[in-house]
Amino acid sequence: MSTASEYKSHVRQTWCPGCGDYGVLNALQTACAALNIERQNLVVVSGIGCSSDLPHFMNTYGIHTLHGRAVPVAQGIKMANMDLTVVITGGDGDGYGIGVGHFIHALRRNLDLTYIVMDNQIYGLTTGQASPTSAKCVKTKSTPEGNPENALNPLALALVGGATFVGRGFSGDPVQLAEVMRRGLAHKGFSLVDVFSPCVTWNKLNTYTWFRERVFKLENEGHDPSNLDAAIKQAMRADDRLPLGVFYETDRPTFDQEELSLQGEPLVKGRMGLTDEEWNALIEEFL
Amino acid sequence: MMNAQSEATVWIGGEAGEGIASAGDVWIKTLARMGLGAFAHNSYQSVIRGGEVLLQLRSGPYPVLSQGGGWDFLIALNQSVLDQNLPSARPKGRTLFNADAVKPPAASGDVILCGVPIGELTTDLPKNPVMQNTVLLGALAFLLKVPWDVFEGSIRAQFGKRKAELSDQNVTVARRGWEYAQKNFAPADHIALSGDGKRRMVITGNQAVALGAVAGGCKFYSAYPMTPASSIMHWLAPRGHRYGLLMKQAEDELAAINMAIGAGYAGVRAMVGTSGGGFALMTEAIGMAGMAEAPVVAVLSQRGGPSTGLATKTEQGDLFQALGASQGEYPKAILAPLDPVDAYYSTIEAHNLAEKYQLPVIVILDLYLSERTVVVDPESLNPHVPIERGEVARSIEGEYFRYRDTPSGVSPRALPGTPGGMHTAVSDEHNQQGVLVSDWYTNPTMRTKMVEKRMRKLEGVSRDTEERAILCEGPDGAEITLVGWGSTYQILEEARQTLEAEGYSANLVQFRTLWPFPAQKALPILQSAKRVVCVENNYGGLLVRLIRQETGFSIPYAVHKFDGEPFSAGPLTRALENCLREDAPAVQTLISSELDLPVILK
Repeated sequence: MSTASEYKSHVRQTWCPGCGDYGVLNALQTACAALNIERQNLVVVSGIGCSSDLPHFMNTYGIHTLHGRAVPVAQGIKMANMDLTVVITGGDGDGYGIGVGHFIHALRRNLDLTYIVMDNQIYGLTTGQASPTSAKCVKTKSTPEGNPENALNPLALALVGGATFVGRGFSGDPVQLAEVMRRGLAHKGFSLVDVFSPCVTWNKLNTYTWFRERVFKLENEGHDPSNLDAAIKQAMRADDRLPLGVFYETDRPTFDQEELSLQGEPLVKGRMGLTDEEWNALIEEFL
Repeated sequence: MMNAQSEATVWIGGEAGEGIASAGDVWIKTLARMGLGAFAHNSYQSVIRGGEVLLQLRSGPYPVLSQGGGWDFLIALNQSVLDQNLPSARPKGRTLFNADAVKPPAASGDVILCGVPIGELTTDLPKNPVMQNTVLLGALAFLLKVPWDVFEGSIRAQFGKRKAELSDQNVTVARRGWEYAQKNFAPADHIALSGDGKRRMVITGNQAVALGAVAGGCKFYSAYPMTPASSIMHWLAPRGHRYGLLMKQAEDELAAINMAIGAGYAGVRAMVGTSGGGFALMTEAIGMAGMAEAPVVAVLSQRGGPSTGLATKTEQGDLFQALGASQGEYPKAILAPLDPVDAYYSTIEAHNLAEKYQLPVIVILDLYLSERTVVVDPESLNPHVPIERGEVARSIEGEYFRYRDTPSGVSPRALPGTPGGMHTAVSDEHNQQGVLVSDWYTNPTMRTKMVEKRMRKLEGVSRDTEERAILCEGPDGAEITLVGWGSTYQILEEARQTLEAEGYSANLVQFRTLWPFPAQKALPILQSAKRVVCVENNYGGLLVRLIRQETGFSIPYAVHKFDGEPFSAGPLTRALENCLREDAPAVQTLISSELDLPVILK
C-alpha cells in the first residue's frame, strides 16, 4: 500500500499560511494513496492561479499550463495515453471563469478525468478581484460598490451539463474531502470535485468559520446520489445551507468507449508510420 | 494536327450546391487517367447554396503549374456565369450551357456557343438539378476527344462502388451529353490533349498534409472547423482510426491547441489545423509549447484577413502573425510548403523538428495551396520517411532534470509513465528541474540561463532546415530574379519559364523555411541578383520586410495581389516585364478583374 507522504514532492509550498489549498493537497495525496495509484502513471494538470501551483507539490508527473486551459490539456494527455490517471486541479477563476467553455464540453465528453476545483470565491493570485463564484453584492477590489453579478452555481451547471460524478468537499474537513476525492478518482468518467477552499488573505467573507456554520453532509440526510433530481435540488438549495459529499454519480459510457480510434492499446503505444500495404491502399484512393 | 495546342482550360461556373466540385473531380480524374497533368483552383463564396462558384481547371502535359488564365471551355450553369465570363475566353473558346435555362448572348465574339437541351435529353430520367453539369461534362468529353471508357471509369470511381445506382445514373446522363455533342457539335480540333499514359494521383494540398501526418506517425489531430483548413479534418476523420490516429473536433481553437499540447506532452505526435482567426486564438498556447518545451505542429492555412475577412479566398497575410505568435521570446520553426508534394514532406519534417527540438512548428499554407487539386506522380511521395523523435529518456538513473541545461539546448524528455522521470512541465519560467522561478522569488541568473537554453535549440533547427530552406530555379546571373514564399512557387516558376520562353533570362528564389530565417543562405543570392522582384499575395510585402529585417537587404520591386484570388500567369508575367523597364514601378498591385461579378441584391 502507498502512503500519502509518498506523493509529496520536495518543492517548497508557497501558499499563504492557513490557505485552504493545503487541505486539498493533503486530501489528494491521501486519496491517491488509498487507491494505490502508481506515481509514474499519475499526471496532475493545472491552469493558473494560486491553486494551480498544486502539481509542483506532488511527486508525480504534472503539467502547469495556461490560465483556463488545464481541462483541454488534460483531455489531450488522457486521449494520448488512456493508461494514465489524469487529475486536473485549479481554481474557480481558472475553471469557472476563463476556462468555463472547456468545462462544459468536458462534461459532455465524459473522459475518465477527475477535476478538483479549489473554489475560494475570489481571485487570489491577482490580489482580490471578484470571481465567477463571488457572491452578489460582495465588495472586492474590482467591485468596490458590491458585485453586481450573480454567482455561478458550478454544481448545478455540472449536473445539467451531463457530469457523471459531482461531489463537494471542504478544506476544513480533510477526512471527508479525501473520501469525496477517492470516490471521484475511482469513478469511471468525468468527475467534478468542487472544494470550498478559503482564501484567508483576500476573501474576508467566505472564511472557515463562515463555511463551518453552513456546511452539512449529504450522507447524513439520506441523499441518494443516483437521483439526478435530488442532486439538482441540493445543488440549487435556496437556503444558506451548503451540502458536502457526493451529489450525483452515474454510469455512462466514457469517450474512449465511444471513439473508434481509442479502441485497443493507447495511442502512445501505437506503431508510427505506414506499412507498404497501408500506403498502397491509401495511394489507390487517389488514383 | 498541326500546331494544335497541347493544353485546355475548363471553367465550370454556377451556384454553390450545383455539384461543381463533383464535376471537377470527375474531370480531373479523367485527365489524370489519360496521363495528363492538371491543376484546379476553385473560386467560391462562403455560402453553401446560392453563392457563385467558379472552378478553373487547366490540363496539359504533366506537370501543370497553375490554373492558368482564361478558358477554352466554359460550362455555364446559369446566365450570369455565361455573361460575366465571356470576356475571359481564349481564341476559339466554346461555352457549354443548358439551352433550357440560359439564353445565348447577342454578342459572343469569337466564342462558339454550344447550347444543350438538357430537359429534352433527360425527359425519361428522374429529375435532378445537379444533372445538368454531368450532361455538359459528357458533351465536353466528346469535344476534347476523351476516350469514353476512361471518362466513364472516372465517373464510376467518383461515386464509388457503394453508390452503384448513382454511378449508373450519372454515366447514363453523361452519355446523353456525349451523344448530343457527337450529333450537333464539331470536336475541338485546335486542341490535342496528349497524355503520357502514366497513372497518377489526384490530390489536394490539404490531403497531402493529412497523408504526411499519417505517414509521419502523427497520432492526434485536433481542430475546430475553419476554411480553408477543414478538409484536413475531413480526410482524417474517417481514416484516422486505421492508423492509430485520433481526429478530435474540439469546442474551439483554444481547446484544439491545448489538447494537442497535452497529447504531445504525453508522447504522441500531435497536430492542429486552422486558419488565421483560429490561429490567433491558439497563439498563447503556442507560446506555452515553447516554454514548457512540448512538441506540437500547427498548420496555419491562411485566408483573406483581417477578422473574418475573405473567408473563402486566398491570401499570404499571416506571415507576421506566425512569426509573432504569442507573447515573449521562444524558439519556433515556420515552414512554408511550396506545393502539395512539398506539403506532404513539410508535415513530416514539422513533426520531426517539433519532437527533436521540443518546440512548436508552424506549417504555413494558404487557401490556394490547401484547396488546389493537382495531378502528381505517386513516386514523388516516399512512404519510407525518417521519423526522428529526438531524445527521450527511457530509463532514468539518478535525479531527473526535465529542463537540463545542455549544449544543444535539448533536454531529454521523460514521458508520463516512465519510472523515475516524474516532473512538472511548466508554462512559468522555471529552473532545470521544472520548479518555478517566477513567483515567490525570481532568479535572474536562472531566468537568463533558461532563456538561452531554449533559444539555443534554434541553432539545431537552422542546421536541419537550411539545406531545403530556399529553392532556386533558373540560371545564375539572370536579368530578373523572382522572390516568393510558400504556395506561389508553382505559379512563379510558370511565370519564370514564360519569361525565359519570351527571351528574358529569369530565375526564382522561393523561401520554404521562414523561421529560423535562412539569412546566411539568402543574402549572397540576393546580393548577386541583378533586378529583384518579390511577388506576394498580400498588401504589405511581408516577405520583403522579413528579408530586410533579417539581412538588411531591401528588395526594390514588388508585385502584390490581395483581392482574394491567386496570381494568374498572364497578368503576372506582364507585371514582371514591367519590372525590367527603366522606369519600373516599385509596387504593382494586380486585381483579377475578369472574376468581378455584379453584386446581386436579392
